Amino acid sequence: MFTTKNLMSALAVISTMLVGLLAVAQAEVVRIAVASNFKPAMDELELVFEEQSGHDLLVSAGSTGKLYAQIINGAPYDVFLSADQERPRRLVEVSRAQDRFTYAVGRIVLLDPIAKSAGPDRLEQMSFRRLAIANPELAPYGQAARQVLTTLGLFEALQDRIVLGENIGQTYAFIWTGNAELGFVALSQLDPEVREQTGLVWIPPQESSDPIRQDAVLLRHGGENAAATDFINFLKSEKAKALIRGHGYETE
Amino acid sequence: MSLPDLDALWLTLQLGVVTTVLLLLIGTPLAWWLARTRTRLKPAIEAVVALPLVLPPTVLGFYLLLAFNPSSPIGSFWITLTGDTLIFSFAGLVIASVLYSLPFTVQPLQAAFENVAGEMMEAAASLRASPLDAFFSVAVPLSVRGFLTAAVLSFAHTLGEFGVVLMVGGNIPGETRVLSIAIYEHVETLNYDEAHALSLLLLLFSFCVLLFVYVFNRRYRVHAH
Repeated sequence: MFTTKNLMSALAVISTMLVGLLAVAQAEVVRIAVASNFKPAMDELELVFEEQSGHDLLVSAGSTGKLYAQIINGAPYDVFLSADQERPRRLVEVSRAQDRFTYAVGRIVLLDPIAKSAGPDRLEQMSFRRLAIANPELAPYGQAARQVLTTLGLFEALQDRIVLGENIGQTYAFIWTGNAELGFVALSQLDPEVREQTGLVWIPPQESSDPIRQDAVLLRHGGENAAATDFINFLKSEKAKALIRGHGYETE
Repeated sequence: MSLPDLDALWLTLQLGVVTTVLLLLIGTPLAWWLARTRTRLKPAIEAVVALPLVLPPTVLGFYLLLAFNPSSPIGSFWITLTGDTLIFSFAGLVIASVLYSLPFTVQPLQAAFENVAGEMMEAAASLRASPLDAFFSVAVPLSVRGFLTAAVLSFAHTLGEFGVVLMVGGNIPGETRVLSIAIYEHVETLNYDEAHALSLLLLLFSFCVLLFVYVFNRRYRVHAH
């Protein structure tokens, strides 16, 4: 039934949609490449930034190595939030990026969900079948795990019990599914209330491994985009830093 | 090519051979039954067999992660049996690969058997051949192409497997660090030359395998539905 009233409301709906589309078209779009470990924090940053700036963020999460390969081969990202310092440094060297700074510092933790006696003693007793760490060749968190084990003088002894996740996400999955009894993951992967549980988590002393500095850069593609610079400035703001700290990272 | 890469290549070939042999042993009776059965369950069984063609490997990988863990029935049974975990082991990769490459064995075999079944088998039966005898002296010789296609495709598919291995392998040199994982690691660590060498090897091999299948076998086309 086509009545005038129905036609009017249809037109109203269509014009509302058009107005909405125009509003979206006017907001700048910023394409962000982010290391998987930072994705949960990024989701929250995205909400806050979009709210206060009116810009639109398109976030792609992936492993640092893959994102780097994409960027080198011309992927149109404006900002790159890496899990390490090396890739952003390289991108600056080949003039594909500028404005490198540390946006977060990760903390590595030993997670012991079954025995709940996390600590160096637990590692020394070797009463477990598998210890999961991220692959030191691929992931900064893996390098840090190796450093902690080396500092404890246990890396060699534990060699045949170590399994490698390709990143800390997978390492966490190995532990969560009970395939590895314990392992080294990032503090940022744990819920705040979980971190407090007795014996579940051991945070190795700061000097037993290098800090895991995660750097961000403004990419060449984002140089033309004022909204990308806005996002970089937002990332350096106290508001963003507080939010990042809430996710289990430190900030500088 | 570096030593670790040669290790990965050798391990991958072993995985391919063991998986293919097991698949022929499991897939042949299954394909034979599917070709001859009149049960109403047939479409459901065929759908289950074809699942690995359409599911992302990470789905299979994730469920295997849950199935293989030491406190699960399968995982703990394996520990009692061998003293070692199924997860992060060569045996675990074999099981994963068998599931993952099952359609590549069953589908060509089923197609071959469906051509043979019926009249040929009735003729054999009227000559008083036992079903088993009929199978080996009539069906198998007539299905040689199907067997060859199934073996070659399953082998090649297993070589290229990545997602499942990434989930349940744990990247252990000489045990679960296969070629695809080695390539992935080279790309991630920016060793693009090594990544090239291994990738090219796999690419050329896969092309030769498929060329062989298409030249040799006009009847069965390789397709993921």
